[in-house]
Amino acid sequence: MHTPLKVIGLSKDYNGKSAVKDISFEVEKNEIIGILGPNGCGKTTTIGMILGLLKPTKGKVLINEIEIENGRIDLLDKINFISPYIELPKKLTVRQNLEVYGRLYDVKNLKTKIEYLSGELRLNNILDKVTGELSSGQKNRVSLAKSIINNPMVLLLDEPTASLDPETGDFIRSFLENYQKEKGASILLASHNMFEVERLCSSVLMMNKGIIIDKGKPEELIQKHGRKNMEEVFLKLTREKYELK
Amino acid sequence: MYGLFLRHFYLIKSSLPRIIDLIYWPTIQIILWGFISKFFSIYSDYYNNTLGVILTCAILYDILFRSSISFNMLFLEEIWSRNFTNLFIAPLKLREIITSLIFTALVRTLIGLVPAIILTSPLFGVSILKLGFPLLLLFLSLYIFGVTLGLFVSAGLIRYGPSFENIAWSSLFLLAPLGCIYYPIDILPDFFQIVAKGLPLVYIFDETRNILLNGFINYENLKQAYILNLIYLVCGISLFYFSFMRARIKGTLINMGE
Repeated sequence: MHTPLKVIGLSKDYNGKSAVKDISFEVEKNEIIGILGPNGCGKTTTIGMILGLLKPTKGKVLINEIEIENGRIDLLDKINFISPYIELPKKLTVRQNLEVYGRLYDVKNLKTKIEYLSGELRLNNILDKVTGELSSGQKNRVSLAKSIINNPMVLLLDEPTASLDPETGDFIRSFLENYQKEKGASILLASHNMFEVERLCSSVLMMNKGIIIDKGKPEELIQKHGRKNMEEVFLKLTREKYELK
Repeated sequence: MYGLFLRHFYLIKSSLPRIIDLIYWPTIQIILWGFISKFFSIYSDYYNNTLGVILTCAILYDILFRSSISFNMLFLEEIWSRNFTNLFIAPLKLREIITSLIFTALVRTLIGLVPAIILTSPLFGVSILKLGFPLLLLFLSLYIFGVTLGLFVSAGLIRYGPSFENIAWSSLFLLAPLGCIYYPIDILPDFFQIVAKGLPLVYIFDETRNILLNGFINYENLKQAYILNLIYLVCGISLFYFSFMRARIKGTLINMGE
């Protein structure tokens, strides 16, 4: 069986400065891997290269063993992405937005799919509301619906619960857990919420200044660094001086 | 009061594009109306149907304006709504994006123009439909050039992000004086004439005036316009692809809207 997401020796330079330097990791089927690191550590750049939005300076990204640079459009059908920094058109209703993206991803039985997503993500009462008028929790659920409308085998999540209240955050986490189990999806989760990472991720990559400075299961990292939780591990690792060669 | 003045003064002082923008519009307006005035002062008896010719040319110029702005607006709306990245991570080929935008720009152009065309007849007794079949050829030529300009500007938006937005609005007005919309090319100074001959607009509007004043069509002008259109369209599409490639290297696609 092919590994859904493989990153090999990936680097990205901007004007001679390294944003990401020689990172490698894999996300297997039915697995959630977390990427942790301070702002500007290279998480979004890494996700951008996986999505084919950025051309790597070196290295490659393989989706189902096919290099993204060689089959970007075909592979994008198998991936999706959610980020609080990216929104759906505000003037369109939730239903219209899902219809637009359903068509862009060539989703079969789109009406049934939208009904299914509405039920699963509690969108029934807001389907005909204008997206721009929704609360941030509602917008987040709509973006999540868009991100799984094509049943992606690789789902990239950039801070999926940022600025959400605890109830909505918990709902999203539970949904992602169930989605991963049901669909066997491979999920890469970039987050600053250590509780979320401990709960969802089977393994964690710790990044700082564009490199992976440590990786392992959350409980292993906590034990290895002699800390009580992932937050303390995060603080310890990011406050240590890792300089790029 | 002084504080509020300073708030805007600092903004203008720190931004060259804003200063250029402030200078640009009056300059273009003065140049355009300068040429128009010069034309009418030299050739006051050139047109026996001044209103009809001027209004028809104004409507035709609006076809160019609307089609180009429509194309740009489709792109800008994705940036403003922070939906740009979603669009580029969908499994859409660039040629599919371009084709979709070209078709949508046509719909937007027609929605904007049809009421204006209908209104000119009862209000001014002028109908561009009097151009007959050649109107279709003139419309298509202007539409192709409008979309081509849209492609050039969108290529800039992809490559440089929202900071290129001002260019999107001002690019068309730069062409207005050179396009010889309301006057023949010989009204321009020699150097401008050389530049203007490289634009399909000169041939399109020259032919429009020819049809309105002389009642027959000179296909040579239209042929010249279509050849230039084809060259610019190929350049526009190539630049769009090139900008996308550069944006993937520079990282503009992932930071768009920020």
